[in-house]
Amino acid sequence: MPRNRFTAPLLHVGSCVNIMAKSKVKHAVGAPKPSSTSVKKNQLSYDDDEDELFEDDTVISASEDEGGSDDERKHRKLLEAISSLDGKKRRKLAERSEASLQVSEFTVSAEGAGEKIRLSDLLGRMDQVPSAVSKTKKQLKHLQNRKDTVELPLSRQQSEKIQREAAYDKATKTVSQWQPVVEQNKRAEQLIFPLNQEPSGPKRVEQVVVGWKAQTPLEQEIFRLLHKNMQPVHDPVLTPLEEASLKAMSLEEAKIRRAELQKARALQSYYEAKARRERKIKSKKYHKVLKKAKRKEFLREFEEMRESNPAAALEELKKMELARMQERMSLKHQNSGKWAKSKAIMAKYDTEARKAMQQQLEMNKELTQKLVVPSEEEEEQEEVEVEVLPDFVNEAQSVTDPANPWMTGRLTQEPSEPGDNGEEPMMGDKSQLGGVPEEEEETLDDDEVLLRQFDEKRKLRQSEKEGLVPSLLLLDTDTLKEKEELVVDSSEDENEEDVSEFNSLFLKVVKDRCQAPVAETTKVEPKGTEKEEAALLEEGPTRVVTLEDMDGLLSQEASGEDSETANQTVPPPPAVRSSGTTSQQGQKSKKNKRRKVIDCNNVLTKEARALEVPLLPTVIDEEENDVDQKLIIKEAFAGDDVVSDFLKEKRQQEEAAKPKVVDLTLPGWGEWGGVGLKPSRNKRRRFRVKVAPPPPRQDEKLPTVIMSEKRDSSVAAHQVSQLPFPFENPKQFERSICTPIGNTWNTPRTVQKFTAPKVISQVGAVIEPISREDSLGGRTQSATGKAPDIQLPTGGAKGKGPHKERKLGRLNHSQPSKAKRTKAQAQ
Amino acid sequence: MKVKVLCRNPDDYVRETTKDVQRVPRNYDPSLHPFEVPREYTRALNATKLERVFAKPFVASLDGHRDGVNCMAKHPSSLSTLLSGSCDGEVKVWNLPTRKCVRTLQAHEGFVRGMCVRFCGASFFTVGDDRTIKQWKMDTPGYGEEEELLNTILGKTVLTGIDHHQKESLFATCGQQVDIWDEQRSSPIRTFTWGVDSFSCVRFNPVETELLASCASDRSIVLYDMREANPLKKVIMSLRSNTLCWNPMEAYYFTCSNEDYNLYTFDMRRLDTPVTVHKDHVSAVLDLDYSPTGREFVSASFDKTIRIFPKNMGHSREVYHTKRMQHVICVRWSLDSRYIMAGSDEMNIRLWKANASEKLGVLTPREKAAQNYSQKLKSKFQHHPQIRRIAHHRHLPKGVYLQKKELQVMTAARRRKERNVKKHSKPGSIPTVAEKEKNIVAVVK
Repeated sequence: MPRNRFTAPLLHVGSCVNIMAKSKVKHAVGAPKPSSTSVKKNQLSYDDDEDELFEDDTVISASEDEGGSDDERKHRKLLEAISSLDGKKRRKLAERSEASLQVSEFTVSAEGAGEKIRLSDLLGRMDQVPSAVSKTKKQLKHLQNRKDTVELPLSRQQSEKIQREAAYDKATKTVSQWQPVVEQNKRAEQLIFPLNQEPSGPKRVEQVVVGWKAQTPLEQEIFRLLHKNMQPVHDPVLTPLEEASLKAMSLEEAKIRRAELQKARALQSYYEAKARRERKIKSKKYHKVLKKAKRKEFLREFEEMRESNPAAALEELKKMELARMQERMSLKHQNSGKWAKSKAIMAKYDTEARKAMQQQLEMNKELTQKLVVPSEEEEEQEEVEVEVLPDFVNEAQSVTDPANPWMTGRLTQEPSEPGDNGEEPMMGDKSQLGGVPEEEEETLDDDEVLLRQFDEKRKLRQSEKEGLVPSLLLLDTDTLKEKEELVVDSSEDENEEDVSEFNSLFLKVVKDRCQAPVAETTKVEPKGTEKEEAALLEEGPTRVVTLEDMDGLLSQEASGEDSETANQTVPPPPAVRSSGTTSQQGQKSKKNKRRKVIDCNNVLTKEARALEVPLLPTVIDEEENDVDQKLIIKEAFAGDDVVSDFLKEKRQQEEAAKPKVVDLTLPGWGEWGGVGLKPSRNKRRRFRVKVAPPPPRQDEKLPTVIMSEKRDSSVAAHQVSQLPFPFENPKQFERSICTPIGNTWNTPRTVQKFTAPKVISQVGAVIEPISREDSLGGRTQSATGKAPDIQLPTGGAKGKGPHKERKLGRLNHSQPSKAKRTKAQAQ
Repeated sequence: MKVKVLCRNPDDYVRETTKDVQRVPRNYDPSLHPFEVPREYTRALNATKLERVFAKPFVASLDGHRDGVNCMAKHPSSLSTLLSGSCDGEVKVWNLPTRKCVRTLQAHEGFVRGMCVRFCGASFFTVGDDRTIKQWKMDTPGYGEEEELLNTILGKTVLTGIDHHQKESLFATCGQQVDIWDEQRSSPIRTFTWGVDSFSCVRFNPVETELLASCASDRSIVLYDMREANPLKKVIMSLRSNTLCWNPMEAYYFTCSNEDYNLYTFDMRRLDTPVTVHKDHVSAVLDLDYSPTGREFVSASFDKTIRIFPKNMGHSREVYHTKRMQHVICVRWSLDSRYIMAGSDEMNIRLWKANASEKLGVLTPREKAAQNYSQKLKSKFQHHPQIRRIAHHRHLPKGVYLQKKELQVMTAARRRKERNVKKHSKPGSIPTVAEKEKNIVAVVK
């Protein structure tokens, strides 16, 4: 509207300005005085104001025209009279009719100037408006009779003010459309000037193709053909047929299948790796044990199979039978070979040899064992009983001390003490049942134990790698003391925190044990004496006991992991279990002791409170005044002990203020560095800087005051004193400072991202002011007409690779403008 | 037996050509690079110091005028062209790279009050004290040809300023009233008056191109819409505004330079309170111009300095002065946002860098990266007192320095008095006026 108004008056400046002003006034003022129009509304049944006016005019003029063309003057007079009555609305219409030849005052069209007006047309018009004359007359009469005065038009100043306000509002509104763009630019991470540049460099196919249309006849024909035959236009790789075949296998199926394959592959590789690892283990014992375990497993399965699938079981049985027969035929494992004989000679003196022979025999025994049918068991036993070790071997075995756990192959199983009441009946049962089955059981157990041992060892190795020292488990009490000294040394070392922690824990345990009350002394005393005596028999049990005990304590003391490993490594022996109550007592007493320490503190603080706190007298007064009150308060604040809290806090602050040892060792300087390698002890000692003790605290002598000594005036000169603007809390600011942005700490890509400047202006490029077309929309693609011939799938149009990045990097202008554009389209 | 050896692939460390940068394998393990904050702080400090060391903003001085330079105009498409008009009615066209005057015209008798270049850059308009508007061709006439005027319009009154529409062949002049002219006509197509007898400056909004603003001698700033018959609104301030300039990137912001030593940035939608008051000059501010990026503007003052203000900061980030530069009457920011041109009383036009320490010429990628890094460091540690101290320190001429101190004392005294008055009067009887609003007298609708 405003544009039209502006361009038209360029021709007739002066008059138009007037018109505009008047029309403005009409619009602005027209609303509050509807008197004249309302009058007419009663007469005419038209709704619209403009239409009404127009019709009104025609009615009058038509009636006048009837009189003849000669009294034009009269007509004009009449018109003027009417318009002067009505106000300014009339004149505008009159002038408008003058402006164009095409529009007639009358509803009759005046298109062809030469065309004659037929009377019938006019008459027809008259017919359409019945009693027009009378109506006009009435109207005129009414106007003449009207008494009320027309309101004065507004003064020029006032009307101008109203105009100004309206215009200002309009301008404000248009200008406010820029708000989102301005905000966007304010928030943009990066602005590149000049704005809205066309990105240089090669364009994507999509960009090029989107606007392309078939123009030459040949192209058009080709496209027509392609479209007709449903041939792909933009992706000639797949024809519809191929696509259909692709569709046959749904995506989800394919995905599931792929996942399965992946899983299978992963499992396979995992098993392969495992097998390789196991193959690499050189320990014969391990393999032996493994084999045994496998066999056992196989037997178990066989048992199951016998019940579930007898035919297969029979097959298996046959196989086993065959193996047994072969074994029985061969002299393998019979201790009759050359090697066996040589071993037999040595067996008397060498426990190793003896063991080897025994194992051979065991092997034989196992292989020749008939196991399936339960009724055959007795025979089997007999058979086994027949094959006994050679006498001398047996003798040798009897010579070895039964206390040695290595000989029996049972590490954890405790040699039964005659005094022990827990084990005795069981042992008795077993001995009654007979030696051989027990032995078998034992061997089986042995296998398990050995396997477990391997596991343990591996775990130990791992934990050693991690820096823990579980080798402590194997230490004697003597070595423990040495260790203690070591630990005292190394406790200063902060690098080996975990180790020292572990050690200190351990030491604590040991100390506790040493200080332990009467219940434990019985345990400790024999340990000491017997050690001095160095009796082999006794040494075993004591050692184990201490370890077990220690483990038990550790498992309670140390964190979950440690306790787990400890539990796994050595299951608590019955001997300890029997004395468990005592040890538990010991622990309890120790705990009590700890409690006591805290209690002491509390007691102290409470005493101190009575002396130190100046507030206390008032409390006492109150106490004197009202005991109930005090009780109530006491009840209410039963939980919190303010004074001790305060003291605790103060102590903490003091601790925190104490200078710490600074470790300046840099790994890898002067020696090899890397994962798992630690700088040498010597170096660490060299680079550990001990800070001189600080001057005494200012609040040292003030018990009720904590004076923070964090602020250092010399440093404060370099520190930020106030929180800078965009940050909301100090932590945020600190974080922003602490994040390094240089290439010493970051990869080049990150550095580039961090250091991207906020504003980039191209050298030598004129930066135009932001324009409405580019930023708020105006150029629309739909305006170009018909759709392009090559239409790309919307999914594919989402950019890939560097172009997308570039687009994102290049000012987020394009997006708001796009959004705006769509909005504009919608409007 | 398997023998393990260290394997070195030359591809990892041998560069392809000698021009390649040596590849340095890096380990970004933070434990290997301790003290990141102190190290970066030191780097930031060094960067800040170096910035001050390399701050040599003065590029060139263009001399040739025989009287004070009264107005200047930028060429809309050619960065190397600058036009200037002096107080003796002479107009000169300069070539900035060669720093030479390429053309001289005796345009007017008396002052050349204002000039502007048509949006296409083919011609330019000047107005002078001789009540004429003259349109000139931009091209230099060939050898032996006469200097020819494209058009001359005789005005009825003295014209003091001119500005051209951004896209259409219309221009606006100001004098006793604000006129909108069509280039093809000899009489204005629109005239705006609002009870003011003289205007000092009129400027088109470069974004919403139908809007204008003008500074009037009755201490007011008046807004117009070219399409309307009447002005839109005006705001009256305590002292007169000399010039104003619209932000080329933010349609509704404009800044005016005031006689009260300050600059005021207004949002045209809320004229009752300026968005920002820019204080730092110690004398009347005569001219200002926005950077084409719309993020900063430069102001020229009677106190013989040029200052650069960020658009939303109360204080300047930079001040330029030389011993010989007298009252700076006009100032322009070049359209590539890198240079500032200032025309002053003593007949010279000076060319300054917009960023004092910027290196001119082409930067290698590494230089650029280093620059970006140091820039980032500076902004990261800008709040640290030592760095801020160095970054903010500027040497000022003695007069300006003393004047500044004096002003500080004066404002402190005024504030103290205000406080005391308030303290000793009935509570609520003295209203609190925000510092921004103090200089706004009224908004007239």
